[in-house]
Parts: sequence; structure tokens; C-alpha cells
Amino acid sequence: MINLTIDGTEVSVEEGASILDAARKANVKIPTLCYHPDQTVKAVCRICVVEVEGMPGLQASCSTPASEGMVVKTASPKVIRARKDIMELIMARHPMECLGCQQNGRCELQNVAASLNMSKPSRYPLDIRKATIDNTSPSIVRDMQKCILCGRCEETCSDVQEIMVMAKENRGYYSMMVPPYGKKLVDTPCVNCGQCVQVCPTGAITVKDDTEKVYSFMDQDKVMVASIAPSVRVNLAEALGEEPGTVSTGRMITALRKIGFDRVFDTDFAADLTIMEEGSELLDRIQNGGTLPMFTSCCPAWIKYAETFYPEHLDNLSSCKSPMEMFGPLIKTYFAEKVKIEPSKICSVAIMPCTAKKFECQRDEMNASGYQDIDVVLTVQELARMIQTAGIDFKNLEEGEFDNPFGLGSGAGLIFGATGGVMEAALRTVYEKVTGKEMDPLDFTPVRGFEGIKEASVDLDGTVVKVAVAHGLGNARKILQEIGSGRAQYHFVEIMACPGGCIGGGGNAPRTWAKVEERKRAIYEEEKRLPVRKSHENPWIQQIYKEYLGAPLGEKSHQLLHTHYVNRHDLLGS
Amino acid sequence: MEEEMDRNLTYRVPASTLVEVAKIAAPYRDRPEHLMKVVLKVEQIVPIFSQDVTAVISREMNIPQTQVYSFVTFYQMLYTGRRGKYVIHMCQSAPCHIRGAEEVAKAVEDMLHIKMGETTEDNRFTLAYAPCMGVCDVSPAIMINGKVYGNLTPDSVREVIKRYIREEVQ
Repeated sequence: MINLTIDGTEVSVEEGASILDAARKANVKIPTLCYHPDQTVKAVCRICVVEVEGMPGLQASCSTPASEGMVVKTASPKVIRARKDIMELIMARHPMECLGCQQNGRCELQNVAASLNMSKPSRYPLDIRKATIDNTSPSIVRDMQKCILCGRCEETCSDVQEIMVMAKENRGYYSMMVPPYGKKLVDTPCVNCGQCVQVCPTGAITVKDDTEKVYSFMDQDKVMVASIAPSVRVNLAEALGEEPGTVSTGRMITALRKIGFDRVFDTDFAADLTIMEEGSELLDRIQNGGTLPMFTSCCPAWIKYAETFYPEHLDNLSSCKSPMEMFGPLIKTYFAEKVKIEPSKICSVAIMPCTAKKFECQRDEMNASGYQDIDVVLTVQELARMIQTAGIDFKNLEEGEFDNPFGLGSGAGLIFGATGGVMEAALRTVYEKVTGKEMDPLDFTPVRGFEGIKEASVDLDGTVVKVAVAHGLGNARKILQEIGSGRAQYHFVEIMACPGGCIGGGGNAPRTWAKVEERKRAIYEEEKRLPVRKSHENPWIQQIYKEYLGAPLGEKSHQLLHTHYVNRHDLLGS
Repeated sequence: MEEEMDRNLTYRVPASTLVEVAKIAAPYRDRPEHLMKVVLKVEQIVPIFSQDVTAVISREMNIPQTQVYSFVTFYQMLYTGRRGKYVIHMCQSAPCHIRGAEEVAKAVEDMLHIKMGETTEDNRFTLAYAPCMGVCDVSPAIMINGKVYGNLTPDSVREVIKRYIREEVQ
């Protein structure tokens, strides 16, 4: 342990801790901008400077290791003046459009400026970087005028997801974080995962806002149908300022009704449907010599990744649509027929933790009902803003219940929200289908948790099925290389693009691993409380197969619930 | 410089040249510290570091293309976008500035009808600032395709440019 003094308080920290770590331990607040708890130390913004006795000048506290006997001043007039000067220079390059910025009120830069009491007029003329807004992507908007060059987006894109869309262009004053050669996001291999949105401290990279689309559909007197993804119930309250991991299923349903939705459905139901189809597909592939390993296909960012970087593996992808896109056609066929509404009068909105879903709903294949199956995708962030805009007191809202006929999802559907969840849910059903016995224990822990690649095997009456789970596209790349080279052999592989799975998705409130851990805890706790924990035991699933779909992999499901993929290798360019 | 860079996304280096680029880069596979060496050699045979060129370097050296791009754009004397036959580098450092570089730059801009960072429509001249060339004794100075001209005035720089316009310089 190392002992040092910060602002007169003695504190001891582990070897290797920075001054910033020590200060946090001593409850001393030092402002930061480029620092992110999940990332490497960059020390480029310099806003966290402190005075250290015996060291010349000021030191960046994020990158200076704490050492024995160090005496640190974090708020001396010298330090405060330096921080204000740094902030003044950042502000001289930042468009002062806070009132019209999507991040207004949620912006780290704004918060730091507020904490520094930047009340004096600036000494420098405003010189905003000349950059145009890139809104070519269906998921992400980039406004490089607002960028402060912290480098977080590049780290997440290059080192975590390994997509490598972003590059720092030019030098010094003229630096800019861009896709190379002035390309727009839509022309790059960007998979729309939104992890860059998650780490951006300003409004430079934001979720494309589709709330206006929803309001205009409401104006057209459409029957507004919402379907809510599994992970949203553990993320929405956090996006509205409550503690990470707060479950708000009932309040969320009431809020959607108040906003103006006529029906609120649970995407957990569609996740159960996915398990029925995907489980049957897996068994079919294993028993009839189909392409193995089979990859899950719930994650639209992973799908685009495979289409772009590994088109040779497209046959390995399950032909099942994602739960959201299975739900879309059912709403505009089965549900529409049941309640006798013209499908063209329905506006189907999916509430998702995900930015890539915005891309997915616009894919050509997603028109199985004869209409665009899902009209609008809203992320958790957008829904939170709609709730705020509507003046709803979310914290004190009464609990509502999902509407039928899609009102009940099983626990298996719910855990889709965390990495390993699809695998666990599928195994519960497949195991019981093959062996006739319930899996014991029902909690399949080897595939839970945040290890990058998880492996397990299950004995299905003599057939040993080897499975693997990867989350984060960097891990996906590793597992694909292992499979491609023949070093690893699996039957079934779950891949989620975002680290942690959907609970760490790009459309949620800004993430850290600590927060994602809380969301995971919440989702597994909530799962245990549900009456049905296996997809095939969901009574509404049994009913829809009896009334409408027939059997899994049948003709009707083939038409509505399965899809094909497109080779996008050309996006990698020359 | 800061203006939307004059980009030429469609520019392609001939395939035979790309083979040469690959030959230069291949020996340095997995040795990113040699990128400068490779870039300087490649610069001798390609006009600009276009997409196809950095893609080949990236592939052969096993470095992400984004990193090669970042590296090349870091240096003002390397080009990723449009570049004229003659590149006029105007020294931007303090000694040249004190000795009247601004007027010299203005004279060249007016003469070629382009601003700093731009290329003439006929693709003959590119005008750009450069960091100190180390010839402060003859400041203000410019460099055209590696040739240094010093002790310039607006009049004398016009004479220099004129010789390039007439293709009188070997």
C-alpha cells in the first residue's frame, strides 16, 4: 500500500493507482474529460491537473502514479486557474449551441464547465472546427464541431470492437476524429453498435433521434403499438436518473400508455418465439448434417459485422430473425387479423437498448408482412427523453401490465438482455425437447458473466453439444479466427456485439462496467421471479403455434420469422 | 488546411505501382516502428497516399489502415488528397514570419488564384504551409518539390513561380 496526502487528508492506495484514483478514494472530486473508468489512460485533455509538492508545474492526476509520501493539492488557486484556462481554450473551439444540443443536461463537458464556474467572458474568439454533420448513418450522428478529441470513441471502435472506423486525422489544432478519406459513416464498415455514442463526453457522437417520427405517426391517427426489449426494463430508470439496475417494467408500461401508445407488448414473448425457432433449427442442423457451428442472429450489429468482415460464414448464421423482427410481422399479420385492424393503420414502434436496430428495421428483408414490419426503433435514451418531454413523473408512476396476446414473456426471453442469455434460454428448451427432462439446475451459469469468451458443453442424451458465447466484437473476431482455423469446434455460438450484451447496448444511458454489472444482477434477479422460465412453456407461445404458425420451421414461420443475409464485403474498400 | 480537405476518393494508383508498394512494405510485416521508412520509400513512387496505397501498406505490414492514415495525415508534407505536379511549401515558422513570409505567401496565392492548402484547377500547383525547413538563415523560404528558395520578397517569389509556370525548371 502507498500512503499519500490529498488536500490534507491521508489516504492509502494500492501500488499502481493514480493520483486520481487516490483522490476518488479520499472523496475528493477532480474533474475529468478524456478519462473513462473502462479505458486506458490518455491524459490528453489535461483538465484533471493537480499540484504535487516537489514536482515542477502541474501534473495530470489520471496519468501520474501515486507514490509514498506524496503531498497533493487538487484545488489550490494555481490548479483552479489552470483548469479554467484549459476549459476556456476548449470552449473557444466548441460551438456554444448547448440549448439545441441533444446532450443538453447530460453532457460531461457541460458538467465540468459548470463545476469550474466559467462565468467570465472568454478571452479568445470562437473558432469552431470546420466540419459538417454526418447523419448518413441510420443509427449514429457525428458532429465533429463538438468533438474535444478525447479519443474515447477511437479506443472503443478500434480496441474493443476492432471495427477501426475512426482515425485521428491531421495534427495539433487541425486534428479531427474521422473515418479516413472523408468518408461518411454509411460508406464505412461501421456496424452501428453505438459503443462510440456510449463513451462520447459531448454531443459529438449521438444516437440518431427518431422521436419526431413517432409523434408524426401519432398525428396520423395510427394505432400505436410498442414492443419493449428485455433489457429496457433494467435500463430505462437509470436513463431517467435512478440507480443503475433499477427494474421499472410496470412504470415503463404506464409511461408508454401516457405518451400515447395504444398497445404495449413485451418483446420477451418474441424472444421466446426466437428460441422455439432457433432451438428447432439447431436440432435440425445437428441431426441432419447442416452447417455447424450455428451462430445466433439476434444482434443486428453482429449480423452486419459478419456480412462485412466474415461473409464466408453467412451460412453459419441462424436464419432466424431477431426477436424484434419476428415481432414486427406478427403485429401486422396475426395481431392485426385478431383485432381486425388494417395493417397499414398500425404503427409499430420497438423500444430497444440498441442503435443498430435502427439499421435493421430499414433492411429490405424486413417487410414480411407486406409493410415495413417495424416502423420506428427508439432507443432507451430517446424514450427517456420522450418521457421527460411529456412531463411524466416517472419515479412515482403506478405499475402497468403488458397487453395480450403478447403479454407474457418467459424468464428465458428476459435473459436475452445479458450476454449468454440466448444460449442459456435455447439450452433450456433444447435440452428438454431432446431428453424429456428439465435441465438441472435451470440456471446454466457457465455461460453467464462478463468473461470475453465463455465455453461449455451439454450432454443431450449421448450427443455432447459444445457451445460458446462471445460478447464485444473484438471477442467475436477471436472466436471466428479460432473456428476458421479449425482450432475450435462448436455446435452453437452466441455472439452479441456490445460488451455485456444488450444491457451494455449503444442506446442505453452511458455505460461503465460497474453499471453494466448492476444491470446484469437486476436482469437475473428479475428472471427468477417470473412464473414461466422456459420458452416452450409460455402459454401464449403455445397458443400462437396452435392458432397461427403451426410448428417451428413450418411454412408460416419460414415466411414471417426467417430471413437471409447479404454479403457486404465491399464496404471494406480497397 | 482546415477547409474540407480536397479529397480524391476515386483516385487509383496503377496496379503495377501497387505491386511495387507491396514489395516495399512486405519486409516490415508486424514491425510498425518501420512505418516512416516505408512511407518515405513509397512516396518516391506514388503521387499521393490514396486509399488503395494505404490499404496495401496496411495489409502488408499488418497495421490497421486507420493508423496508416493517421500517420500520413500527421505530416504536412505527405498527401492523402489531391496534389499538384508542383507542391509549394511555405515555411510557417517564426523566423520566416518575422522576415515577411506573410507577404510572400499572399503574392503566391494571388498569382495562382488559390489559397493555402488548395490545388490549382489544372492540377499543376499545390500551395501548403510546412513546418520549419531549417533554412532560417535565408528566411523567408519556400520549397518546391524539394528545391529550396530563400531570401524571398513578393517580387522575387513571383519570378520563381513564373519559371515553374513556364516549365523552365528541371
